[in-house]
Amino acid sequence: MRGSGWTANHPMLVFVARRSARLVVSLALLLVLSFAMIHLIPGDPVRAALGPRAPQSRVLALRHDLRLDEPLAKQFVDYAGNVVRGHFGTSFVSNLPVSEIIGERLPNTARLAGIAFVVILGLSLPIGMLAAILTRDGRRRGTDLAFTSVTGGLAMVPEFLLGVGLVYVFAVTLKWFPVAGQSGVSSYVLPVTSLCLGSIAALARIVRAETLKVLGEDYMRTARSKRLPARLEYLRHCLPNMLTATLTLGGLLLGGLIGGTVLVENVFAWPGLGTIITQSVAQQDYALAQAIILLLGSAVLIINFGVDLLLGTLDRRSTIRQA
Amino acid sequence: MTRGRRSGALGAALRTPTGAIAALLLAALLVLALVGPLIWGHEARAIDVANMLQGGSSAHPLGTDNLGRDLLARVLVACRLSLALAVLATLVGAVIGIPWGALPVVLGRRGARFVNASIDFSVAFPSLLLAIFLAVVLGAGALAAVLALGLVSAPAFARLTQTLAASVAGSDYVAAARVLGVPRSRVLARHVLPNVAEPLILNVTLTVGYALLSIAGLSFLGLGVQPPDYDWGRLLQDGLQRIYVTPGAALGPAVAIVIAGLAFNGLGEALARAASTRPAVRKRPRRGTAATVADGAPVEDAVLDVAGLTVAFPTPDGPVTPVRGVSLAVGPGEIVGIVGESGSGKSLTALAIAQLVPAPGETAAQRLRIAGRDVRAIPAAERRRLLGTSVAMVFQDPTASLNPALRVGRQLAEVAEVHGGARRSEAMRMAVERLRTVRIPAPERRARRFPHELSGGMRQRAMIAMGLMGSPRLIIADEPTSALDVTVQQQILRLLRQVSDETGAALIFISHDMAVVAELCQRVLVMYAGRVVEELDVATLLSAPAHPYTRALLASVPEMATDRDQPLATIPGRPPEPHEVPEGCPFAPRCPLADDRCRTQLPMLRELAPGQAAACWHPQADPAPVGGIAAEGCG
Repeated sequence: MRGSGWTANHPMLVFVARRSARLVVSLALLLVLSFAMIHLIPGDPVRAALGPRAPQSRVLALRHDLRLDEPLAKQFVDYAGNVVRGHFGTSFVSNLPVSEIIGERLPNTARLAGIAFVVILGLSLPIGMLAAILTRDGRRRGTDLAFTSVTGGLAMVPEFLLGVGLVYVFAVTLKWFPVAGQSGVSSYVLPVTSLCLGSIAALARIVRAETLKVLGEDYMRTARSKRLPARLEYLRHCLPNMLTATLTLGGLLLGGLIGGTVLVENVFAWPGLGTIITQSVAQQDYALAQAIILLLGSAVLIINFGVDLLLGTLDRRSTIRQA
Repeated sequence: MTRGRRSGALGAALRTPTGAIAALLLAALLVLALVGPLIWGHEARAIDVANMLQGGSSAHPLGTDNLGRDLLARVLVACRLSLALAVLATLVGAVIGIPWGALPVVLGRRGARFVNASIDFSVAFPSLLLAIFLAVVLGAGALAAVLALGLVSAPAFARLTQTLAASVAGSDYVAAARVLGVPRSRVLARHVLPNVAEPLILNVTLTVGYALLSIAGLSFLGLGVQPPDYDWGRLLQDGLQRIYVTPGAALGPAVAIVIAGLAFNGLGEALARAASTRPAVRKRPRRGTAATVADGAPVEDAVLDVAGLTVAFPTPDGPVTPVRGVSLAVGPGEIVGIVGESGSGKSLTALAIAQLVPAPGETAAQRLRIAGRDVRAIPAAERRRLLGTSVAMVFQDPTASLNPALRVGRQLAEVAEVHGGARRSEAMRMAVERLRTVRIPAPERRARRFPHELSGGMRQRAMIAMGLMGSPRLIIADEPTSALDVTVQQQILRLLRQVSDETGAALIFISHDMAVVAELCQRVLVMYAGRVVEELDVATLLSAPAHPYTRALLASVPEMATDRDQPLATIPGRPPEPHEVPEGCPFAPRCPLADDRCRTQLPMLRELAPGQAAACWHPQADPAPVGGIAAEGCG
């Protein structure tokens, strides 16, 4: 509206360009932060990592390996170059290339988060919409109360506690599923459930609130005045309109899912990035911690970018595109 | 006032079961945090190598840890550290976030954009990554965890402060303070912050709960509290490794965390709910007086024949009836106006005829026939078809009434698909045809547009075209031009009349605008407080309206030649709310002619002359003091 000429004629391109620019800036910021991390550690990180009894020669050698003896600017340029080429250095602890460790574990984490995301969207949308339709205009107070209390409770319990509870009931007591590790389909059930349940509850609440809001809109009255079948009324007229708000929050949930996997992986000793990152922090394996932070952080930023683009395409009135 | 409201919200929150239980739990936790270490501190430290890693027993209900220390005592003692860290993290978040969000008020517009952008940027960053980052830099420990959670909750505080401050800063009293030259910092301290205190308290409650759970999570990962200190998360980590052998060691701290989380979140939710539900206005019950207009015999070949139409809404104090006994018959091709002030029940009457009154409202009628069929007696499928094809609705605001997510053509075509069994392409062709009928230029192109891509007038045309997709016998237009430009209004009115002429459909035109009604309609119903108070044809409306209310409405229409020095004619007072309709004539309190009978006895609609009926004890017979309409004349 404000722009003129070319920009006014291609609002979508301008929007994509602006969001891409924001993504690039964010990624650059993340790169700087992950680089700065090691330099912000008070004292000598190498000495701290190797312990007070390590011989000075080894400390110097590692400092050289890490190029900590070079000027800061050169170090950063080298670091950025290596990251772009997929070189993340060597683990202090295992002496394996970091990229190899990550390559081995990333698919496990991605599978866990991916399955969880599909389950979350697949269940929270129908559950939330159904709850809204059943309880609209103050109908079925009992269902309303049950829905709000159950989802409220579930949304509050953090993933790792839910995991502990599920392990106790279904693995220790009932012995239906393995306690820990990744071994076949059954080993996915408990981690995915503990990762999903809270998000499903939270998102279903949002879906319900949004659906109720849409059902009260004038255009839904128009749809009712046309006496459409319920299927069309809800799926064609209601669903697209509540999707925008739902996806906005769903995108945040997806970002949060990455934090959730770290916790859940630790509960179930899942061989993914989450277990290795906590180990690397405890063992002061900085190269590994640095790489994983960079990786998970980029994942979050890229997911948010994707959700924004999706919203920009879906939202016909393009409110998000203005920002 | 702020104080009163806050204690009100808190009090209301505590009266709900959730709020009460949560508050009790919270109080218990606070007491435990204060006295726990004093009572069980010794036991929690007592090393007993003879009883290491025991399961639950009567001496040690949750078992013992790897040094034989009692786990129950340790869980109870850990309450203090767990709570303290959460509160500390929240404090950090508030200290950073509140000034951050309040900054725009002090900085002005440009600062606001920057703050906005910075908040947007930080909101999306996951707390766990920040915590890991800080754990690397500062070393894993309580400090890193508290700082991380503080930083993560700061944007929420900032966003909240900013939204609230912006809404308050835009309000009149702040504007007034500015005009008076009060400095910005003073505006912030005196006017803005006190008004945003309540939501902030709510946010603090929720944030403490979130921080408690998150720090427990970090400690559980080994990124938070380090031995020899311990909080619930730390205890849980130790316990989880033994969950097979001694489940109590893991379940004890887990239950403690859940209880604490429930306490904070439950209270927060109860507070939020109490704050969002404003106390409802006490409504006085009003029942009985079910008298209806003399209904008469069913009208032959009427498109619409309604008698005794009533709409009731249940309230805690009994039902209110905003529409009470409306009777109305409309013949084919007839244009009937319904006029009245807002709240007179005219729109609800329209919705009730189309069976669209939203729940929990209930529609009742002695007779409700559309196109000769009793709407309530026919099978459901037939009713859907009848109402979906024979009745067309045109609502007040076309922008809100068209679905923003669907293309215009699609919204029209689906009527033909659902009720006419048309195929997709066929229905779309028909939709384009109807758009052409309502004189939308380039209808093929416009059918592929979304509603927001059309002008307001075009949207209303599209709404009318939508009604034409069936075979409308009755068009109900509820203030169809109120939301449109004056120039467009005339076009829409002309279109409505033309459509009615060409299709023979009857038109019910609802409006508060006497001039428009007089111009368009043949017959007029004047509604007041949910009843028809006068029914008359347009000629009589302009020459000899009988009801004082009709006359007052006419007198209040300004005309071009109105003497600008004279005050505009208005009707003193306001129409009664549905729950406070008085006994007797509802217009009596505002009526210059009212006497004791008017105040006690409800007048029924009586025929005064052929084509004119009024519900009034003192119908007027002399020519009316007509305002601006006579000058324009009528068709």
